[in-house]
Amino acid sequence: MSVNRAQRVDLEVVTDLIPANSRVLDVGSGDGVLLELLQETKQVDGRGLELSQRGVNECVARGLSVIQGDADTDLKFYADKGFDFVVLSQTLQATRNPKIVLDELLRIGNRAIVSFPNFGHWRVRFSLLVKGRMPVTKDLPYSWYDTPNIHFCTIRDFVNLCEELGATVEKATALDANGQKIGLSMPWWFWNFFGQQAVFLLRR
Amino acid sequence: MAAQRAARTKNEADHPSSPVLQFGPDKPLKLDAGTILSPFQIAYQTYGSLNDARSNAILVCHALTGDQHVANTNPVTGKPGWWEVLIGPGKIIDTNRFFVICANVIGGCLGSTGPASTNPATGKPYGLDLPIITIRDMVRAQAMLVDHFGIEKLFCVLGGSMGGMQVLEWAASHSERVFCALPIATGARHSSQNIAFHEVGRQAVMADPEWHGGKYLDFGKRPEKGLAVARMAAHITYLSEAALHRKFGRNLQDREALTFGFDADFQIESYLRHQGMTFVDRFDANSYLYLTRAMDYFDLAADHGGRLADAFAGTKTRFCLVSFTSDWLFPTEESRSIVHALNAAGASVSFVEIETDRGHDAFLLDEPELFAAINGFIASAARVRGLSL
Repeated sequence: MSVNRAQRVDLEVVTDLIPANSRVLDVGSGDGVLLELLQETKQVDGRGLELSQRGVNECVARGLSVIQGDADTDLKFYADKGFDFVVLSQTLQATRNPKIVLDELLRIGNRAIVSFPNFGHWRVRFSLLVKGRMPVTKDLPYSWYDTPNIHFCTIRDFVNLCEELGATVEKATALDANGQKIGLSMPWWFWNFFGQQAVFLLRR
Repeated sequence: MAAQRAARTKNEADHPSSPVLQFGPDKPLKLDAGTILSPFQIAYQTYGSLNDARSNAILVCHALTGDQHVANTNPVTGKPGWWEVLIGPGKIIDTNRFFVICANVIGGCLGSTGPASTNPATGKPYGLDLPIITIRDMVRAQAMLVDHFGIEKLFCVLGGSMGGMQVLEWAASHSERVFCALPIATGARHSSQNIAFHEVGRQAVMADPEWHGGKYLDFGKRPEKGLAVARMAAHITYLSEAALHRKFGRNLQDREALTFGFDADFQIESYLRHQGMTFVDRFDANSYLYLTRAMDYFDLAADHGGRLADAFAGTKTRFCLVSFTSDWLFPTEESRSIVHALNAAGASVSFVEIETDRGHDAFLLDEPELFAAINGFIASAARVRGLSL
């Protein structure tokens, strides 16, 4: 998704979750910013899958192992447990079938890391409640008619989906509007209200 | 004139203007056809120098009508090497840095043993007595050449079209000897449509009375008309409709109006006739039969129990595949199915599709996006391989 690097604090959270020298598949690798970060800081064996051909060509020109493909249709070609980590960063909400995609991530990776914008954030709720309009925020900059984001969910929705798929949440982090981590001791409703983005580490 | 060209064909086959490596009776080439080729020879070119660790070698595999003169002036045509835009000192494949090898394929006509070479058993050109050669046979012979240089592991094997098939075969049957592989505009098998076009070409050659059942060189003849027609038909498949329209449209050739005859009224006709004529100057008709057959027979999945992923099981080779949007000979789907097989095998793979209207031949042309992809892939692989700049 086209979100600039300053806003991608979730990438640092993702990077912190991945030990050095892991095998990592980045689904929706965009212009390769996460893969590059992981290669520089964690020396991972990184691969990417990206929908936009332009993004892919740029990644390959920069020496990254990236192929053009669609998370909705092309994950089935990957072997079971072929990677230590499969990352889906800010892409889940743009997939046609998030449930199947998440299921595939858990099949391909020993661990799956999913980050997404939280549709339960108070600004979103405020926009709908008070303005009666679909929210357009810093994190969700698109209008309803031209957004690639077709399957928004809240943190609570996501936790429910994980349960349905038999995935264990090993770690979860919510980031507030300033990109700060919300304290671990806070209850889910608090995260769901103040978390602008969420990062989950899952296994099955 | 034809007799002169026939003599030159024989000469170029036996005594090429390239270094030649001879393999005597002690080193036969085992062929997929179930027989052996012995003695045989490989004509090749090299550029740059091999480092002490012998780790900087790049093998370039040529396409159907290519040859070993990849980065030097071609001694037969006088034209620049067929990939000089890419390979040379300071170029993307920098011969100041890499040791580049390119060999004429077995079955070819520029010095590696092929149908125009003298059969030691008869003292005459092999003609159709040469066993059928496959892509795997070509690669087996190249491996013997690589052995000769004392190279255990090639840094990179790359090539387009039939060259790409050889790259895939290298990666499948000698994966431990290939650090990275770059198959461009190719497929893991020849499609029915591709076989069909090749059959048209072969029939054109064989229908030429000068073909003499393949023994034309014995008579000092060459089936030039048939081979030219084969080339004309094939050449259309190397271009795209859009590019043909852009270049030629319905433009007339050196005339104001239609002549109401069968002369080359249209520019495209004149262009194709020229392509046919210049091709027969430099290529042997029987070689054309053998090499098209080798491509037709190529089916990497079939060689591995019908599952392409099994061809690459356990591979550590790093792959980068490239296809072109307007290539209808090896459309993107062919590359994509290889990518899926490599994914299933857990291989490291990049895949770039390049938008162009220049068709299959785009891989031979100055395509900035192609060069950027090759450059990025080679540079990062070289870093991992520990090859310094």
